[in-house]
Amino acid sequence: IVKTRGCDGYPDEDSDESYNLSVSEGQAVLRSVTVWGALRGLESFSQLVYQDDYGSYFINKTEIVDFPRFAFRGLLLDTSRHYLPLHAILKTLDAMAYSKFNVFHWHIVDDPSFPYQSRTFPDLSNKGAFHPFTHVYTQSDVMRVIEHARMRGIRVVPEFDSPGHTLSWGKGQPNLLTPCYKGDVPSGSFGPVDPTVDTTYKFMESLLKEVKFVFPDSYVHLGGDEVSFACWQSNPNVRTFMEKMGFGKDFTKLESFYMESIMNMTAALNRTSIVWQDVFDYRERIPQDTVLEIWKGETYQAELSRMTQAGHRVLLSAPWYINHISYGQDWRNSYAVQPQNFSGTEEQKKLVIGGEVAMWGEYVDATNLNPRLWPRACAAAERLWSDEEKTLDADLAFPRLEKFRCELLRRGIQAEPLFVGHCKHEYDGL
Amino acid sequence: MYCLLKCAPLILAVAVCHGWLFGDFVGKQKELNEISLWPLPQKFQSSAVAFKLSPASFQIVHAKQSSAGPSCSILENAFRRYFEYVFGDLKKHEKSRKKVYDSDLVELQVWITSADPECNGYPSLQTDESYELSVDESSAVLKAANAWGALRGLETFSQLVYEDDYGANNINKTEISDFPRFAHRGILLDSSRHFLPLKVILANLEAMAMNKFNVFHWHIVDDQSFPYMSGTFPDLSQKGAYHPFTHVYTPSDVKMVIEFARMRGIRVIPEFDTPGHTRSWGNGIKDLLTPCYSGCSPSGTFGPVNPILNSSYDFMTEFFKEISTVFPDAYIHLGGDEVDFSCWKSNPDIQKFMVQQGFGTDYSKLESFYIQRLLDIVAATKKGYMVWQEVFDNGVKLKADTQIHVWKERPQYQDEMAKVTAAGFNALLSTPWYLNRISYGQDWVNVYKADPQNFTGTDAQKKLVIGGEACLWGEYVDATNLTPRLWPRASAVAERLWSDKSVTDVGNAYNRLAQHRCRMVKRGIPAEPLFVGHCRQEYMGL
Repeated sequence: IVKTRGCDGYPDEDSDESYNLSVSEGQAVLRSVTVWGALRGLESFSQLVYQDDYGSYFINKTEIVDFPRFAFRGLLLDTSRHYLPLHAILKTLDAMAYSKFNVFHWHIVDDPSFPYQSRTFPDLSNKGAFHPFTHVYTQSDVMRVIEHARMRGIRVVPEFDSPGHTLSWGKGQPNLLTPCYKGDVPSGSFGPVDPTVDTTYKFMESLLKEVKFVFPDSYVHLGGDEVSFACWQSNPNVRTFMEKMGFGKDFTKLESFYMESIMNMTAALNRTSIVWQDVFDYRERIPQDTVLEIWKGETYQAELSRMTQAGHRVLLSAPWYINHISYGQDWRNSYAVQPQNFSGTEEQKKLVIGGEVAMWGEYVDATNLNPRLWPRACAAAERLWSDEEKTLDADLAFPRLEKFRCELLRRGIQAEPLFVGHCKHEYDGL
Repeated sequence: MYCLLKCAPLILAVAVCHGWLFGDFVGKQKELNEISLWPLPQKFQSSAVAFKLSPASFQIVHAKQSSAGPSCSILENAFRRYFEYVFGDLKKHEKSRKKVYDSDLVELQVWITSADPECNGYPSLQTDESYELSVDESSAVLKAANAWGALRGLETFSQLVYEDDYGANNINKTEISDFPRFAHRGILLDSSRHFLPLKVILANLEAMAMNKFNVFHWHIVDDQSFPYMSGTFPDLSQKGAYHPFTHVYTPSDVKMVIEFARMRGIRVIPEFDTPGHTRSWGNGIKDLLTPCYSGCSPSGTFGPVNPILNSSYDFMTEFFKEISTVFPDAYIHLGGDEVDFSCWKSNPDIQKFMVQQGFGTDYSKLESFYIQRLLDIVAATKKGYMVWQEVFDNGVKLKADTQIHVWKERPQYQDEMAKVTAAGFNALLSTPWYLNRISYGQDWVNVYKADPQNFTGTDAQKKLVIGGEACLWGEYVDATNLTPRLWPRASAVAERLWSDKSVTDVGNAYNRLAQHRCRMVKRGIPAEPLFVGHCRQEYMGL
């Protein structure tokens, strides 16, 4: 039973994902406010069904009242360091739904390649993708991902990271990137986006207009991380611009200048920006509703305090960089994260709207994506959905996660083992 | 010397001597068309002269002078396998004879030079795997003493073929003379911590052949499960496997693995590790394991094999009689590692025995007592044995042809290798090659840098190093993640064990290995990426 209409819409940051599930003699009833809550309830229902030794299906008399602790439970895939075939992305969305993840953060382009086939700027992928035909996402590929996600109550938030991480953009958009200089002459290499010329902003505006058109979610990730200043510093035109603007030698001011423009453009297009913490760390003027994402590992609790104190909504990703593999049961590290364990008021804690598991692609592609993601990402999934007090003990979680992993296998997700043991049906692929 | 350019200097014409390629670390599109041999052959020369190959007209044939012919199933099988590797799906090509261009290479002749091509036998430690490959006008010739060397040469030949910008298959004029630096180049898989379905074992044997590995060390049983179906003692798997039907290796499964390996020149050496690592054995054989005591009464748990009962040795005699007939290789791995003495110490019967034997409180003497008798039992089956280093470290009396397997980090493996070889034993290295120990980043580099002969010793000692093994222990590994975890990291070990010890340039290795990895992916092996980049054909499985 679903209370409100909304089958034809998209999930968003305010979607009510709560549901009640009641299983008793003769019938089971699933009640939710929205269709998205019904999806979550259906998943739980499917996890209640079990088989006995004779293969008969059973479900116990059950009462469930459920809702997510955090509204934003995301998973990041990187399709620039390695191209991920469409089926790998769709499979990931399937597995995300099994763990109640509800945001697919698509880090679609970056330095090494630009696989997004833009309708406004076709040369971006023609010249910037690993291969203009075999290693691109066409408009229809993108629509397929968005619809596949929507069917599972998953939002698709694209990231077009700038001004750094843009090397591949320069291949198809000449004059976008800053030419680096060796003394008085261009060295031949390029740096971040050139923030000193109008053409840059015209281009970004057109691109963002297209992004708004293609991606229905009201959020867009603008990146803003790891901008290296060396190239800007080497370029005489940039230095001149710095003087003109009164930035002196402080390149963080130049980056702020750029990011502010982009964030304003985004706001004008009626989209909310998400940016990496670097943008906040440079103390820029950020629209108050911009969401900040923490990715730097060492002192994220301090960062949580600072950001929420400044009144911003925050996403936590730093402790969930599961591309960082290590020997042993490292899912326990993900499970132990406490996103609201920082010094701050209750109001501040409310500003933590959720978090994201990140699977950066330097060492990952379709050959190893699934076993590396699952079931390790499930630890963060529970941390983001469930009540923390009830789920602090990893040893108690272990048998549940072990069984869930075998269930993932049964559903066709190539989830790797947690530890020694076996599943009734082992993975029969390669 | 063939280090001449026959054609006018083209950007693409690379004078290659001894297999050195030039290219930057990231590997540009152009280099995808250049030679990407792995492991690097001992002697390799090629020129820029290119010949085309067409699936419609090219054939792999037995040379007239060869001692092997159509009855050699190893070669017949390999001809088809390598034809498919080079040209892709056979079904796509018509069999019609199209026009032959002047610069076509029409055949690869395989010439086995020894009187006995060994087509019906099994490879051994003494097998001569050397070969010579000559690619020239209209026909190429692969010469090897036996079928095993021919297999190695066929793999290399398949790596020489590349696609030009028009998609046509090309191969350059080449001379190769090759042989392995070490005779024992192995991979260890663990099918006890997790059951490994046959498909994944066979696929990895296939990948091993692409990397010239020649030993499959099958760590088939251990504490957690006993999947090996024994004809003599069916209860071992009935009661010891994760599931007596779905998680076992039947006799025909085992035969399949052995034959599949043989077709690729790979020896299958099983490991039945005792007296430790045997918990699952106790389910099926009463009184085999030592009952541990809590004070004066049994605690209910069990420890290593009970070394004081005759029944233990009677069992081992019968069991290894079976093993020696099921597995044709001349060697069996007997384990002997990580024996926990606490259970033995707790058992009063064992305490009495220790006193009787005059062992005092030195339980390593009891361990040696067991191992000694076990070795004698196995020697009687006419097999040689491999043991983990503890057996040597504890001073057990070993046969001269025993192979000691070095795996521990303390003492430093270099010191252990020196000690083992100084005592006159063959040594195998695994310590730096525990590939189950994953970490973030390009950890293949450290794997690549380790050298089994890197220790202080005489030349005679260094000669006693017969090779090494990359180990993929199974605590965190099963069919879902085995193949990408093993490849291409194990390839780094492959080159260290095959190629000359001077082949150490990491930048050059990166370029070749990145291409070799794409080639494995193209051939259906989900080898994971080394770093950022792409393959022309990405992995299509899931």
